[in-house]
Amino acid sequence: MDATPQVARQQVRMRGRSYVAFVFSPVVPVVSWLAEIDATLGKSPGFFTGKPVVLDLSAVDLSQAAIAHLVGSLAERNIRILGIEGVDESKLGANLPPLLTGGRACAITHVEPKTPPVQEKNKDKTKLPSLLLESPVRSGQSIVFAEGDVTVLGSVGSGAEIVAGGSIHIYGTLRGRAMAGINGNSAARIFCQKIEAELLAIDGYYQTADEIADSLRNRPAQAWLEGEMLRITALN
Amino acid sequence: MAKVLVVTSGKGGVGKTTSTAALGAALAQMGQNVVVIDFDVGLRNLDLVMGAERRVVFDLINVVQGVAKLPQALIRDKRLENLWLLPASQTRDKDALTEEGVKRVIADLKTKFDWILCDSPAGIERGATLAMRYADEAIIVTNPEVSSVRDSDRIIGMLDSKTARAERGERVEKHLLVTRYDSARAARGEMLSIDDILEILATPLLGIVPESQDVLRASNVGCPVTLNAASSAPARAYTDAVRRLMGEAVEMTVPVERKGLMDRLLRRRAA
Repeated sequence: MDATPQVARQQVRMRGRSYVAFVFSPVVPVVSWLAEIDATLGKSPGFFTGKPVVLDLSAVDLSQAAIAHLVGSLAERNIRILGIEGVDESKLGANLPPLLTGGRACAITHVEPKTPPVQEKNKDKTKLPSLLLESPVRSGQSIVFAEGDVTVLGSVGSGAEIVAGGSIHIYGTLRGRAMAGINGNSAARIFCQKIEAELLAIDGYYQTADEIADSLRNRPAQAWLEGEMLRITALN
Repeated sequence: MAKVLVVTSGKGGVGKTTSTAALGAALAQMGQNVVVIDFDVGLRNLDLVMGAERRVVFDLINVVQGVAKLPQALIRDKRLENLWLLPASQTRDKDALTEEGVKRVIADLKTKFDWILCDSPAGIERGATLAMRYADEAIIVTNPEVSSVRDSDRIIGMLDSKTARAERGERVEKHLLVTRYDSARAARGEMLSIDDILEILATPLLGIVPESQDVLRASNVGCPVTLNAASSAPARAYTDAVRRLMGEAVEMTVPVERKGLMDRLLRRRAA
């Protein structure tokens, strides 16, 4: 979770965000476990760089000094620990990473050199997340698609809303609400063939119908974020 | 094959009940076997508009709950022998309707009639969702003003998601019926135009019923306008709509009052 204080407004904007973290579960003897990590690093140096790593100590019983030593040994290998699991909180001093709870297991690309980048590339190619709606979105309907772009072949009625993680494309009149980039994607945009929107929002910055210039009404328009300003311009 | 039609709107007071009675009577006049069902449990009106309020013994709730048999609750129209009414209960509320019960009643009616017209209550709650639940087609009644149009948009969304057909992945065919339309006021921009409504709702137009005193007069005497004043402008609009429902290609016009010269002179003097 990151919290960005903003000077201009008095509110602190809090946003949730989840990441997949590698979990290390050291086993005794810790020395030979570290040797295995070294072997992995030997095959692909910098594999863990920039990746969130969590230490699960439930399989070993280490003193506070031993934990500090282990964290230090990993730091020497350029592996920084985001948090520690499976240990009593009293064992973690102020100079150690915080205790983490509530983690859930999930599939992860196997710790093998070279394969992960290839897999990631494949993922990008095959799974371009977007949602295509071939009928108008009616008043009262709420379309939420946090994974990516939403395209509507038709109008979005007054009192309807589209919420998208990516951009929103409307090949019709936008009379309802459109909220793009809800997961902190400030590059998301909103496009529509005719703008009569009740509200437009990108990454939490919004404008209501009152604030949208009359000169734009009934025209093709796009909205995007310029810094902290939501800009709306005609498309032609 | 019997067709189940729901007459719905979302907003109240736009003319659902009046339209159900007028369309039902017009269908019956063309020789079809028709039953109109009042789903407005607790606030029933269709019996009044049809002029059958003094003959109600059993009602839809009684049939749904198995207290009465369907033939006991059906009321035959006095003017048209192939037009029937299944009234609502005035003493109960919409919670007395069950999905299973409604399904059974409609399946039963399908074996006896050509057309089953369900008069939906206003709103989007239980009564309205049950009225549309087993519909094959829907008539959305809209007045030419923004709140009515937006509510209709909401109802269209529900027809696409909450009906038995939608859940089976099929379509409920939708028709738009614009009522209380005043060409002169629309031309002056005091009302939404037909084009505006069609642009917003993106639904095919079934008919345009002009605003007329004849409609209120017919409701007051308990006779559908298509029977009470068959040559009036609204009656012709409803009859045209019914012909379109039956698959005929009828040119879309806004019927106007036919006034003779004497009529006009008298009216001017009266006004």
